[in-house]
Amino acid sequence: MNNAMKTLTNGILKENPTFVLVLGMCPTLATTTSAVNGMAMGLATMFVLICSNIVISLLKNLIPDKVRIPAFIVVIATFVTIVQLVMQAYLPGIYDVLGLFIPLIVVNCIVLGRAEAFAAKNSVGLSALDGIGMGLGFTMALTILGAVRELLGSGSVFGLNIYNDQFAALIFVLAPGAFIALAYLLAIVNKLQKK
Amino acid sequence: MAKLESTLQNMILSLVIICVVAAGALAGVYILTKANIDAQEKAKQQAAILAVLPEGCEVADAEEVAGLKLYKAYQGEEWVATAVETSEVGFDGPQVIMVGFDAEGKVLNYVVLKQTETPGLGAHIDHWFKDVKGNQSIIGRQAGALKVKQDGGDVDAITAATISSRAFLKAINKAYAAYKDGNVEAHTGASQLTSSEETNVEQSNEEEGAL
Repeated sequence: MNNAMKTLTNGILKENPTFVLVLGMCPTLATTTSAVNGMAMGLATMFVLICSNIVISLLKNLIPDKVRIPAFIVVIATFVTIVQLVMQAYLPGIYDVLGLFIPLIVVNCIVLGRAEAFAAKNSVGLSALDGIGMGLGFTMALTILGAVRELLGSGSVFGLNIYNDQFAALIFVLAPGAFIALAYLLAIVNKLQKK
Repeated sequence: MAKLESTLQNMILSLVIICVVAAGALAGVYILTKANIDAQEKAKQQAAILAVLPEGCEVADAEEVAGLKLYKAYQGEEWVATAVETSEVGFDGPQVIMVGFDAEGKVLNYVVLKQTETPGLGAHIDHWFKDVKGNQSIIGRQAGALKVKQDGGDVDAITAATISSRAFLKAINKAYAAYKDGNVEAHTGASQLTSSEETNVEQSNEEEGAL
């Protein structure tokens, strides 16, 4: 039980994929133009992460070592395509914004990294918990980053107007702002973790 | 269970099985979601057509003129306006726009269906040319030779997004050319009128099949 709790919280704080492991920067920087976008991307990744962790953990003894990477990628790509089709069918609004980035989940280092480093060595239950924890950590990080960029760049959070966007710094919605906001968040997290 | 050895046979077998199962799963999901995805796209297009045409008119089937799709709107028997689906390459990929013209060729309204312009700059095309401010609105203007000020026209381009604005106006002008051609053809040949959406769907499906 203790072990399970540790696995679950590991991804959220101690080994947060974005703030501590600094993995999967492409979707992190590209999709966090607003809090909602960041959260949707995080949730999509979380779904893929949980499913692929479970399946890979189930298959770990059936996959010969030398072909494990291609096998993992096929499993991950399948779940990503499922997410893409389902999103397109039932959440067209979000798909319009994120559609381009969904296929990139396949090459997201977090997903492959967790498959290789955790799911291939641990039981199904623990792998699922690891997927949930890492997914939550990633979603949380992307939502925070998205909220900060949206607040500074377009004067609102989750679409709620906070102040007039005439005074907002547009750069935070564009690519350079993503790097600046992420760097400051990383600095803050590092500072807090040292204490 | 012991881990499978990395012999050639095992490797080929496990990869083939994984790929076959994955392909099967994907085919299943694709079949399940296809109807919904098509319906979403259709609904989006229908909503755009209605948004750029005057209220309470009947929309005829799509006609293809100069590679663009024209949707003519009738009030009773009388033709009142046309919606045109047009596109042009913008700053960062294609802009797909649905634009409506009234009987005199003036812009009624437009809806941006697809665009990948820079957020906060070029992405403003979805409302900039409708906002009544300075010289930026194209609603109610005669289309055909719309140009941004930088090119000697009289439309205010989006600040710091002249390329996106230029592409947008080019798409509108292209739509207008097709609209005019479409009118010439319509007066020589008869155009059918349909009111039920079902026939609309069927018709355009056939067209897609033909393409």
